[in-house]
Amino acid sequence: MDKNAALFNYILRLADTNLILGHRLSEWCGHAPFLEEDIAMANIALDLIGQSNSLLQYAAKTEGKGRTEDDLAYLRNEREYFNSLLSEQPNGDFAFSIVRQFLSDAFDLHFYEVLKNSKDEMLAALAVKGHKEVIYHFRHTSAWMQRLGDGTDESHERIQKALNELWCFTGDLFEMTDSDKYLVKEGIAVDTNLIQDKWLRSIDEVLEKSKLSRPADSWQQKGSRQGIHTEHLGFLLAEMQHLHRTHPQATW
Amino acid sequence: MAKDTQGILWEVFVQTKPGQPHRHCGSVHAHDREMALQNARDVYTRRNEGTNLWVVPANYIVASSPEDLGPFFEPANDKVYRHPTFYHIPEGVTHM
Repeated sequence: MDKNAALFNYILRLADTNLILGHRLSEWCGHAPFLEEDIAMANIALDLIGQSNSLLQYAAKTEGKGRTEDDLAYLRNEREYFNSLLSEQPNGDFAFSIVRQFLSDAFDLHFYEVLKNSKDEMLAALAVKGHKEVIYHFRHTSAWMQRLGDGTDESHERIQKALNELWCFTGDLFEMTDSDKYLVKEGIAVDTNLIQDKWLRSIDEVLEKSKLSRPADSWQQKGSRQGIHTEHLGFLLAEMQHLHRTHPQATW
Repeated sequence: MAKDTQGILWEVFVQTKPGQPHRHCGSVHAHDREMALQNARDVYTRRNEGTNLWVVPANYIVASSPEDLGPFFEPANDKVYRHPTFYHIPEGVTHM
């Protein structure tokens, strides 16, 4: 197994999920239910895009082929993106976006906790920063889960529906390729099998307080590790990459 | 008119460094205490301004009114001896 290639793929996966989720959240900018939440969502989006920026720089350096973080973000197509399926799901209503963020925050919370001990110093350092940020994100989305779940009949119904719809994308978060398993053995990557129970417990704790029920285990949609996505990613990339592809060398 | 769905008003006080007083910096809307605290954090500390936050429901703040200006504050105008300007401050003393 080529360690460098494995590491490049691994970093790219983390970077892509942060970038796509950050971009999705940024679509709320100017449209959130009220001013304070608008800023809160933009803050979280900026944390995620910031993480992605550092990770893409590191990926580009690891690859060593002279590509930059901008090349990686703006000049790859759908099948070359490895973000989680959960991250690319369209915003829907506010409850839908909150559930998507909440499920993802709960994953990152436990993921970064373990990645902090990675033998790869750069990944460990980025995990320390990411973990601090995600603790707040999780607190923010957990509070909204409770407020909407234990709120009015309508808010309860909407957030439960969002949870039911998004649940089939959670299995994809834990997928590992052979190259990931190799990096786990090397002490670099996170063994996602070991964080799944913790993730579930964190979710259950919040769902209980929110008077929401966890959807039954059922069929899970997977494929992001092979670059196979839901139909939504292509549209997102078209919008996100449009400017850069129209004016290739443009800078601020 | 559309119903106000933004919650009540909370006043926000930010402490910039440990030991310094909390200063009023603005207000946020929120429906509960946690939301008020998070909104204050998101709106007022995103440029590294704070180390601690207070939020207080605005209706708990008792304020003097403009008519009070004369009786409340003007009697202090001619009491110059209340200012500590007649003392020499030793060198090196800060935060006076």
